[in-house]
Amino acid sequence: MTENTSNPYNINGQHFNPDMYLEKMLKECTLKQIMDNEAEIIRDTQTLHSDMQTLVYENYNKFISATDTIRKMKNDFKKMEDSMESLSSNMDSITSFSEQISSTLQGTRQQITRLSSVHTLLKKLQFLFKLPAKLKDKMNNGNYSQAVQDYIHAQRVLNQYGNMPSFQGIQKDCEEIVEELKVKLRTQFQSRDATTKSLAESVDLLLQLKEPPESLCAEFLSNAENRLTEQLKQLKDMCENDVIEFVDMGSSGFMSDLCLIVASYKDMFVNRIPLDDTEFSDDFDSKAIAKLDTFVLNNMKNYFDLIGKRIEDVGDTAILVRALDRFYRRLHAVNTLCNETDFSTTATEIVINAGRKQCRSHLHSLKQHLTEALAKVRQTLAAKVSQDGDTGLAELQASLVMPTIEKVKGVLQDLLVFLQPELMFSGKSHFLQCFCVDEVREGLVIGFLHHLTATASGFCSGSDVPKFPPTLLLLLSKMCIEFKESSVHYLLTTTDDLFNIQRHASLANFVTSESEICNNFQTAAQNLLNHYVRLQGLSVSQMLRKSVETRDWLHTIEPRTVRAVMKRVVEDVTAIELQVSALYDDSDGQIDRSSDSSRRTHSVSVSRHQYRSNWSSYTPSHLDSSLVTNIHKLFSERIEIFSSVQFNKASILTGIIKISLKTFLECVRLRTFSKYGLQQIQVDTHYLQLYLWRFVSDENLVHFLLDEILGSAVHRCLEPVLMEPSVVDIICERG
Amino acid sequence: MDTDNPIIYGLEFQARALSPQTAEADIVRFLVGTQSLKFHDNQVHLVELDEETGSLKTQVFQHSIGEIWNLQASPADPSNFITCYNTLNDEGICQMKGAIWKLPLTETDAHEIQKLENAAEIDTTTYGSDLRIITYHPTDGTKVVSVVDNNFVLWDLAASAPKAVTQGTLASKGQPKFTTGKWNPHNTCNQFVTLNDNHVRGWDFRNPTDQVWAIQSAHSQIIRDLDFNTNRQYILSTCGDDGYMKFWDIRQPSEPVMSRMEHSHWVWSIRINRFHDQLVLTSSSDSRVILCSISSISSEPFGHLISSEDEPAQTDDGSNKNKMEDSVVGRYEEHEDSVYGVEWSSADPWTFASLSYDGRLVINKVPRKYKYQILL
Repeated sequence: MTENTSNPYNINGQHFNPDMYLEKMLKECTLKQIMDNEAEIIRDTQTLHSDMQTLVYENYNKFISATDTIRKMKNDFKKMEDSMESLSSNMDSITSFSEQISSTLQGTRQQITRLSSVHTLLKKLQFLFKLPAKLKDKMNNGNYSQAVQDYIHAQRVLNQYGNMPSFQGIQKDCEEIVEELKVKLRTQFQSRDATTKSLAESVDLLLQLKEPPESLCAEFLSNAENRLTEQLKQLKDMCENDVIEFVDMGSSGFMSDLCLIVASYKDMFVNRIPLDDTEFSDDFDSKAIAKLDTFVLNNMKNYFDLIGKRIEDVGDTAILVRALDRFYRRLHAVNTLCNETDFSTTATEIVINAGRKQCRSHLHSLKQHLTEALAKVRQTLAAKVSQDGDTGLAELQASLVMPTIEKVKGVLQDLLVFLQPELMFSGKSHFLQCFCVDEVREGLVIGFLHHLTATASGFCSGSDVPKFPPTLLLLLSKMCIEFKESSVHYLLTTTDDLFNIQRHASLANFVTSESEICNNFQTAAQNLLNHYVRLQGLSVSQMLRKSVETRDWLHTIEPRTVRAVMKRVVEDVTAIELQVSALYDDSDGQIDRSSDSSRRTHSVSVSRHQYRSNWSSYTPSHLDSSLVTNIHKLFSERIEIFSSVQFNKASILTGIIKISLKTFLECVRLRTFSKYGLQQIQVDTHYLQLYLWRFVSDENLVHFLLDEILGSAVHRCLEPVLMEPSVVDIICERG
Repeated sequence: MDTDNPIIYGLEFQARALSPQTAEADIVRFLVGTQSLKFHDNQVHLVELDEETGSLKTQVFQHSIGEIWNLQASPADPSNFITCYNTLNDEGICQMKGAIWKLPLTETDAHEIQKLENAAEIDTTTYGSDLRIITYHPTDGTKVVSVVDNNFVLWDLAASAPKAVTQGTLASKGQPKFTTGKWNPHNTCNQFVTLNDNHVRGWDFRNPTDQVWAIQSAHSQIIRDLDFNTNRQYILSTCGDDGYMKFWDIRQPSEPVMSRMEHSHWVWSIRINRFHDQLVLTSSSDSRVILCSISSISSEPFGHLISSEDEPAQTDDGSNKNKMEDSVVGRYEEHEDSVYGVEWSSADPWTFASLSYDGRLVINKVPRKYKYQILL
């Protein structure tokens, strides 16, 4: 377009050059065209002209109205300026007025503020001035807590203004009153009949009044102590009452009080929310607890002592157990809420002690029973000795054993009450262990068995001079054997079953084994039997000894009969045999040689041949030689005289006969014989041979000893000439 | 001799009487008297132990006057001894007599039976028939006491013939006769102790009419023998038919200091060793000899204390070496008949002899082990 606009030929452009345009036109265009062009330009020029004219008209009108408006505005602005001027003058006056007012009001306002502050102060002061009276009032009304609250309220102020004389007066008054209050509180605190609750209250108040807590808790405890002591004293006075009642009384009175004391103590001193740190020093807590602990321990100890003492003398196990259970339960409950100290152990200990005590007393009664039974048996025996009674020994022995066993069983049943499952302490393993194993089994049953053996053994100690019938020894020995063989086992298994020893016994317990007890009984039985043999042997020996020692063997007549002593010996041995056979059997496999009809004939037919064969060597020509006996000695066992015997009739009698014959032998050796003396001995020994062989287990023993006796007599004879055996026979048959 | 084996010597006759040759301090010698009613056969054997070889040397002397019940050697003169013997008198009645004998000085052939020299007769028949023992003063060879019936008589042998000096009598009625007696070696030997039945009585020669002390019923049966502890003044041992041996403090006659029963029959003889007084020998009719160590009655209960040791060392010794337990040290079973006599040798404190009725003499020694235990 640039070309267009810059085109000087464009009539409508800016750069239009009419000269050039005309020349151009003239040169190029025909006349006609020039003529048309001319006409056209004249018309365009006319249109444009008219357009211009209208436009001028129109804009002229508008201009005129605008000029009018501006003229009007000029007027209005003038008016507004006037108003503004008046407004500003008005505002100035207002400001001045206001300043004037505020300056006048300033002084009054300050006064009012001062007055109001004075008013509040005065109010406070009034409270203070009234405080002493109020405190007193409240105190007299017993409204202690309110008083304390008030005091504490005022205290700060008082402290603050304490240096002013007027306040000092008030403070002094207050302090006096508070002091009085404290005293009152203390008296209330100390009074005996105050309830624990009121005590707690007092303590609380006192604490608020900043009394030292140490002294307070000490005082509290000492007061509580007094009261508890009182209760214990009461309890002590009740000792005569029924034990259950006693325990109940202890539980309800002493124990609950103690609990209350402990609880309130804890509330007051221990579990307190610390109001401010200064109130309780750090270690006060622990100290307080320690104090409480010692206090509780002391009191519980006293209580336990009392209970322990009381339950010592309770006869009836069932009642005792009930009382113990109550006691234990109560204590257990306390233990769970009280403190760390474990009273249940102590309680268990007390229960165990009671159990022990009971066991002891039972043991004692058992022992007594045994003593009585023994005394009775001794009496019966002593009475029987005169009647030469030998029957009934077995019954007598049974009467010694059976009731004893029954008695022990009864005692065990009685003690079983301790183990009732509903009892609280019966679940404690420590108790079970101590009671079942240590007390019942070891203490009671084993203890009694030991006592039994000891008592039995007691009879065989001491001298050979018996203070009791020897039969008693026999009886006791049989009793021991019986115990060893059955009763011990029975008693121990019963005990073990009833008291479940297997389960309760632990390593800590020493459980005496059955075999040990059996061994004891065996030993006791053996000792008793040995002693019996010794005593009986001694009594027979004594007869023989006297008979040998008192006779003048040098001046004796030719023997016509067996000496009475020998008959007596045989009689005694027979009597002893009867006694023994009542209790002890023949050993097994031994033929019964004691049937009356056969005793003589049998001996004559069988043993005499043997006997004779030994004797035949003592023909007068060979009398000096003791060859036979020496040979015999070579091949036979050494004979023990005071030796142990076995538990059968033959062995017992052998023992007795052995002792007797050995005595005979030794006595013979101390004497000197004439011919007839020797022959008397010959007759006597033959007689003994005839009658004694049947009692012994090994008749060779009798032969041997009698041989020895006769041999020794031969040695001790001035003129050793023996009798014809046939004559000896005849004399013995007769005798 | 290095072994502890027993040495056995057999006599042909029964025998009860045994005594060490008390005055002989170097050679182990024992005197044995036989007991045969063929009076002429009776002998006294002097048995000497050669400690080097362990062999025995014996001399046999004739004692044809009667059977010997008791024999006591003189404490002063090795060749002297006294026998109590039983003999038949002219009326054919047995009679107990006493005599002092002297061994011949000449040592002739051992196989020959030699004669004894009868130094003196001690005629006790005026005091009774039942002569039990004639015993020498513990040190003085001129004084003897005879125990007859219920009398004991002190004789003085210094004169040409034995002379009765003092006599004591158990006067109370019903008391059995004395069975034996023994000098108390303490208190300058003024006391004599007798046994009857089961009682022990002490007498004083200065006032022989009353007993000084008594242990009544010391044993439950007859007491057979007693012995003193020569090293401890009041300690006395007894033994008897109850089989017990008991030790007494005569100041406390009510209870024995201790009593033990080791034998299984009557105990016939008890002897406390003179040098080591814890060693106690007993012999019994159970044919045994038992050697016990009874420290409880010993003057050296802790064993032998060597005097050269310092004081602290000694106390140390005492605590280390515990008091030895009372126990049986040895049981000797060489005998086959009742052993009626046992004696310690006067020369060697570790050697002892025992004599059983069948005429067997056994010489034994304290076991070596125990010997060292005492010495070391």
